[in-house]
Amino acid sequence: MRLIRTLSLVALCLGAGLPAIAQDRTGPLRIEITEGVIEPLPIAVPTFVAENPAAQDYATSIAQVIAADLAGTGLFREIPKEAFISQITSFDSTIQYSDWKAINAQAVVTGAVSASSDGRITVKFRVFDVFSEAQLGEGLQFGGAAGSWRRMAHKVADAVYSRITGEGGYFDSRVVFVAESGPKDNRLKRLGIMDYDGANVQYLTDNSSIVLAPRFSPSGDRVLYTSYETGSPRVFVLDVGTVQRRALDVPAEAMTFAPRFGPDGQTVLFSLSEGGNSDLYSMNINGGSMQRLTSTPSIETAPGFSPDGSQIVFESDRSGTQQLYVMPASGGEPTRISFGQGRYGTPVWSPRGDLIAFTKQSNGRFHIGVMRTDGSEERLLTASFLDEGPTWSPNGRVIMFTRGTQGAGGEPALYSVDITGRNLRKVSTDGPASDPAWSPLLK
Amino acid sequence: MKLHSKATLLVLAIGLAACTNPDRFGASGAGANGGIDSGSMSGVNDPSSPAYFQQTIGDRVLFAVDQSTLTPEATQTLTLQARWLANNPEFTALIEGHADEQGTREYNLALGARRANSVMEFLVSQGVSPARLKTITYGKERPLAVCSDEACYAQNRRAVTVIAAGGLS
Repeated sequence: MRLIRTLSLVALCLGAGLPAIAQDRTGPLRIEITEGVIEPLPIAVPTFVAENPAAQDYATSIAQVIAADLAGTGLFREIPKEAFISQITSFDSTIQYSDWKAINAQAVVTGAVSASSDGRITVKFRVFDVFSEAQLGEGLQFGGAAGSWRRMAHKVADAVYSRITGEGGYFDSRVVFVAESGPKDNRLKRLGIMDYDGANVQYLTDNSSIVLAPRFSPSGDRVLYTSYETGSPRVFVLDVGTVQRRALDVPAEAMTFAPRFGPDGQTVLFSLSEGGNSDLYSMNINGGSMQRLTSTPSIETAPGFSPDGSQIVFESDRSGTQQLYVMPASGGEPTRISFGQGRYGTPVWSPRGDLIAFTKQSNGRFHIGVMRTDGSEERLLTASFLDEGPTWSPNGRVIMFTRGTQGAGGEPALYSVDITGRNLRKVSTDGPASDPAWSPLLK
Repeated sequence: MKLHSKATLLVLAIGLAACTNPDRFGASGAGANGGIDSGSMSGVNDPSSPAYFQQTIGDRVLFAVDQSTLTPEATQTLTLQARWLANNPEFTALIEGHADEQGTREYNLALGARRANSVMEFLVSQGVSPARLKTITYGKERPLAVCSDEACYAQNRRAVTVIAAGGLS
């Protein structure tokens, strides 16, 4: 109550490199994500209490996933269990704050799991602010099929993250991507979908034709992507649940690519190439006429909506090089927003509406960067031989992208970085992977 | 002149052998390399054979970085391609546009489409019926040479005219 709910996200001090928490704090426990965390917050996640024998494995694994989620943000550091003075043997026992203070745990997450004979489990948890000697928010519980235990762990971690940062979480989410295999000059590609942390991979297509750049619908139930299944590049939509797919109803002779859903889940933006010229179009996913949004002899591609659906950001080389532009959703005069040295592409509007992430090429290097929606305050978050294609976490605080290595054996992999440029991490995948797109938080 | 440039290309190809697909003329997948199974075709010495088109006339033209303008060497090759197509009306052609890996995926798709179209427009200007031609872009998805140096990039920034007997799909 007295804690983080009062936090408001005003005056974001992006890029300031100050430690976001003071170890000798007097106020409530809080991490300000946008300030860039240098010293992660020490947190203890004791193995959850198994309330019956069948829950034992879940209790261990769920606590591990929660700790991995939190530590994976770079905002938290898990205190090793060997350091614990207190053991949590009962969910309702009193917390010995002095024992946790002694090992400098700023927060403790306790929980319990019970398993029922019908294959369901129930997970409950509490979060404690050690130095305020108070519970942080109410205890909560989640129930579901035992097979969904990872999702329940992610939901707990989202709640803990949310209570300490004041922001929405992102752990209970999925990523659709392109799984790659084979040599560089004959790469095989298929669509894969996985939990945000790389677990529970499933494949949505086979690798008999090239597939590129999948993107989720706003509710995460469908995926738009580009496929060579009919011979030349064409936009397809695939239902994640049934894995049924169909081509978007555009003229068969046209090459279409770079699709993206509008926030209504019905409108699709894409590029259509005709006579060598690529322009932007929109249409309803269920068919009907295409609306042409740009008419220039230059390349227009990689369109995406603002979260409120009122504007479209895209890239164009109308100035001579790839640059970023914003225009009204119905088309009309675009405003150029990128002015730095180099080429800018693949703009994606943050789900919070505050920033646009992009790929930048400059002096033979690739970068993932962010700028405000008017193009100001450009910041580059990464640099490598080949970084491209940013996608936003559901809370707009983390960006996932493709990083490729060079040479004959060069391979792509998925990486994530937070919007302060910290916590660069490789996302675990079975093999080479590219073109990630992050889902919204699952329901 | 033609022989000279072919000899130069050959020397270049040998010099780049370490990073060049050794199966350049093989049927190594999906037509993306412009590969034609010459075993099922007439020989390279038959001027009406696709193998002759591919190897003697030259099935590909190269582009400068981020460009789709035809070089003088490219127009020379394409003039011969157009003449061959005029002499062999039973064939159609799929023109593949490709890009090197120094670019974002979707931009490179658009760039490949531009390159393929440059070739198509030139062939049409030389009298080839557009009904016999079709373009496709592969962007950076099907590099020919796999090293990450300009030597390879130069080979990958290409448009390849793939000859087929019969109609276009």
